[in-house]
Amino acid sequence: MAALTRAEVAHLAKLARIAVSDAELDHLAGQLDVILASVARVGEVVADDIPPTSHAVPLTNVVRLDVVRPSLTAEQALSGAPAVEGDRFRVPRILDEEA
Amino acid sequence: MGDLTSLTAAQAAEAVATGETSSVELTRAHLARITAVDASVHAFLHVDEVGALVSAAAVDARRAAGQELGPLAGVPLALKDVLCMEGVPTTCGSKLLEGWRPPYDATVTRRLKDAGLVILGKTNMDEFAMGSSTEHSSYGPSHNPWDLDRIPGGSGGGSAAAVASFQAPLAIGTDTGGSIRQPAAVTGTVGVKPTYGGVSRYGLVALASSLDQAGPCARTVLDAALLHTVIGGHDPLDSTSIDAPLPDLVAAARQQEVRGLRIGLVKQLGGEGYQSGVEQRFGEAVDLLVSLGATVQEVDCPSFDYALAAYYLILPSEASSNLAKFDAMRYGLRVGDDGTRSAEQVMAMTRDAGFGDEVKRRIILGTYALSSGYYDAYYGQAQKVRTLIARDFAAAFERVDVLVSPTCPTTAFKLGDKLDDPLAMYLNDVATIPVNLAGNCGMSLPVGLAPEDGLPVGLQIMAPALADDRLYRVGGALEAALLEQWGHPLLDEAPALAVAR
Amino acid sequence: MTAPTQEAELFDYDDAVARFDPVLGLEVHVELSTATKMFCGCPTEFGAAPNSQTCPTCLGLPGALPVVNERAVEAAVRIGLALNCEIAEWCRFARKNYFYPDMPKNFQTSQYDEPISFNGWLDVEVEGQTVRVEIERAHMEEDTGKSLHVGGATGRIHGADYSLVDYNRAGIPLIEIVTKPITGTGALAPEVAKAYVSALRELLRALEVSDVRMEQGSLRCDVNLSLRPTPDSPLGTRSETKNVNSLRSVERAVRYEVRRHAAVLSSGAKVVQETRHFHEDTGATTSGREKSDAEDYRYFPEPDLVPIAPSREWVEELRLTLPEPPPVLRARRQAAWGFTDLEMRDAVNVGAVPLIEDTVAAGAAPSAARKWWLGELARAANERGLSLDDLDISPTDVARVVALVEVGTLNDKLARSCLEGVLAGEGTPDEVVASRGLQVVSDEGALTAAVAEAIAADPDAAQKVRDGKAAAVGALVGAVMKATRGQADAARVRELLLESLGEV
Ligand SMILES: [Mg+2]
Ligand SMILES: [Zn+2]
Repeated sequence: MAALTRAEVAHLAKLARIAVSDAELDHLAGQLDVILASVARVGEVVADDIPPTSHAVPLTNVVRLDVVRPSLTAEQALSGAPAVEGDRFRVPRILDEEA
Repeated sequence: MGDLTSLTAAQAAEAVATGETSSVELTRAHLARITAVDASVHAFLHVDEVGALVSAAAVDARRAAGQELGPLAGVPLALKDVLCMEGVPTTCGSKLLEGWRPPYDATVTRRLKDAGLVILGKTNMDEFAMGSSTEHSSYGPSHNPWDLDRIPGGSGGGSAAAVASFQAPLAIGTDTGGSIRQPAAVTGTVGVKPTYGGVSRYGLVALASSLDQAGPCARTVLDAALLHTVIGGHDPLDSTSIDAPLPDLVAAARQQEVRGLRIGLVKQLGGEGYQSGVEQRFGEAVDLLVSLGATVQEVDCPSFDYALAAYYLILPSEASSNLAKFDAMRYGLRVGDDGTRSAEQVMAMTRDAGFGDEVKRRIILGTYALSSGYYDAYYGQAQKVRTLIARDFAAAFERVDVLVSPTCPTTAFKLGDKLDDPLAMYLNDVATIPVNLAGNCGMSLPVGLAPEDGLPVGLQIMAPALADDRLYRVGGALEAALLEQWGHPLLDEAPALAVAR
Repeated sequence: MTAPTQEAELFDYDDAVARFDPVLGLEVHVELSTATKMFCGCPTEFGAAPNSQTCPTCLGLPGALPVVNERAVEAAVRIGLALNCEIAEWCRFARKNYFYPDMPKNFQTSQYDEPISFNGWLDVEVEGQTVRVEIERAHMEEDTGKSLHVGGATGRIHGADYSLVDYNRAGIPLIEIVTKPITGTGALAPEVAKAYVSALRELLRALEVSDVRMEQGSLRCDVNLSLRPTPDSPLGTRSETKNVNSLRSVERAVRYEVRRHAAVLSSGAKVVQETRHFHEDTGATTSGREKSDAEDYRYFPEPDLVPIAPSREWVEELRLTLPEPPPVLRARRQAAWGFTDLEMRDAVNVGAVPLIEDTVAAGAAPSAARKWWLGELARAANERGLSLDDLDISPTDVARVVALVEVGTLNDKLARSCLEGVLAGEGTPDEVVASRGLQVVSDEGALTAAVAEAIAADPDAAQKVRDGKAAAVGALVGAVMKATRGQADAARVRELLLESLGEV
């Protein structure tokens, strides 16, 4: 399996929205490469005709009736918010400057 | 009564039910024990003294009014900080959720409250349950009551340490790859990972949704069965919850009879990498089971060799998605919002500041394993290995009723020993992971102290999905036989903890 | 905001379609009108107070879990069947991972390679021809919250200082309906796009699964367009114009993109694969975010939900609940009502067909029902910015007004006033007639007096009528109507005037 480069880790961190510092990136890239080399062992298993398992229990069609249940109050919904204005969550501007 | 904290949960419930003591007295005794020893153990992240006393008083009032009480009513319990409890801080061991108070109860929390259990507080854990030592908690590690310089296991080290140090007779843990069973093994306590779907995950902050399962931590097999019965059973709020009645776990724990039971020793779970004292005590316990009338055979589960690798692809993949919600927009920490930065920048800065190293490692690994071009080789292939592991279990359970192994390869290691070596840390869970991948159930119970270091050794029992009663049947019988052999519970041999004044 | 890169001069439309072959793709998101959200029991009502319809699940709180709404699955299957799709025997939800502040979990629970329905088609009529639009898939997913952008010049996302988020909409069930590439439309691409969305809307309305109100966002359309030199060439690079929210805009957006792509390609440049925004005011699209390689959604099966396996028996049961296909139903009604093609098309376009049907069922003549719904009431709806069925008047009310006109209690003018009163909330038509005193004056004595007065007041006009110039009676009728404040039956007034002037 391909090794994980520093640039790839930087790209992944960006995808995962983690602003890692350069020093952290060096550290992480090294560790991740070792871990990846180890878990890449799954590739040794010959499993072409084996179906994948995504769920541990074989359930299907678990549904609920279309019946209204009580919601939280707006106050409860907003209770943990870092910033609120009126009854809405206040968040930083959504687009980057250059957008 | 004597020391109320030394009672088992069953004894404590009985004492409350008969009026020999009150739930308030019982709760006060445990709160006092927390005050006395938790400065050195650090099992709790939050102690809800007022809330605990209020619910204890409510149980006492119900009893006084002649109302019927459940079998664990009035008994104190410690709740792992990964389960939501309305109005009570829930951090998952992360700075990112510091101060967050959920506006709702997890189903497990609700069932505990409804059954009259008294929730003392929230226990320490590796951040978002990623770890095997509690050293990845953002609030500092917990300590093993057997040796405060050693790890209490993880991620649920706080719950196991609380039970082992008599700060609570019961605790709730969660087990994604061994986070109930491994801490139980290294602290000399009992821990059960129920069948996947057997206990509701609603309100359990997800690490890996297809692997996570909450379960009981206790000092005896019977106590674990009683607690498992309270929290288990179908929940319509969890789509993966199994709509079938639980087997009679309490009866199984009391049965104490293993004659004719077929036990399988998993060839892949032992040998190289396993500490000699661990293997010795494990072997003796198996012999004891044979002397009680069980039969033993070796069972081959070749795919188990790939379980750890599959697990460390599936878990990070699911976790990378589950933890995306921690983005500083709706709750929790927000860093860098100075009015000029964009939401994207604030999200990234917050996640960098709020997540610890292990969490970042796994999120990035999972992001990689799911990304286009790599999905088939990593996540997809890991899911196929998962199928093979389930098939190994199915084949084994054609031949035997339960499988056994050491719960972990070693006894408790020293704090700091494996902190910078993620792979060495991951190896702790090599024997517990297959059960999570296949979705069946497992228990760890103490089977003695390793001669070389005097630390507890755990034996793992594994049973098929929905056959959780077999764990209790074998565990109950083995526990009774060991107790008879030792003449006292294993925890009596733990050193006394210094008591703070 | 940097200058958009590809906003060069537009090509003339006719030249563009003469030189290039347009290929369309349409993605329509439909909000289902279930009582509760896709994965939780929160209500879906439009217009509630911000963040008052949320719970741990749709707010993405740690620990919360989804459970599938049975009605939403049922609606998905019925939509699939109505679109002539195959219904999956087994399908799963998948997580589509990307970060956005209005998406509570930072993944959308959607479907990926296992949609609930796929491989269907919908026939649409364009300029007398039938065009078969092939459907790639129709899958289930959930909606996002809504952001309000604060600061900046425009209140739009660009240049905003910060945003305010309301999660009431988060988790509302959506069905995403994706066409296969629509080829062979030639110059009619804009009309085909519009006709498809219109036909789809009509179908969904007939299924009673959605309000399909484009102006409220319960039906949203993304328009994909590419050009290629000839129908034999491989597909060109497409642009994806997001959230085009009226039928007219769909047509305009396609037309604009055809002209823009043609200009880019003719200049020798390459079309950039990107999302674009349509502006109702100018009819132009502008560049949104470029679809970079970084956009990697990392789909994987949703572990918190179990697979959905609609049984064949259930699917067949649902097939029996399908309404008559709208074109068939429309033809049948048109024949029964005796409408011309144009009258019928107008009725369809303003969504009046079911209203007319109910009004006719309540006893009105089809032509009368059509006259009021497409005339006075359509105007009232327009003024209020509402759709017809949002007006505070029922088909029964309209039928009653028609009946009052028929028996002569009201004339057209009074009927308008009566409808106005009902719309203003003054009560039923009969109550409004009573309270506003709307009665055609039928007291012959009073009318005869008014007629005599009018003749006396305008002898010139009276003489002209006597001289045989019947047209001159109009002025006298007007005078009588004025004197009776419009409450006389104009036909009877005319009769009386002609009688007294010796013309009859
Ligand atoms: Mg979509
Ligand atoms: Zn909700």
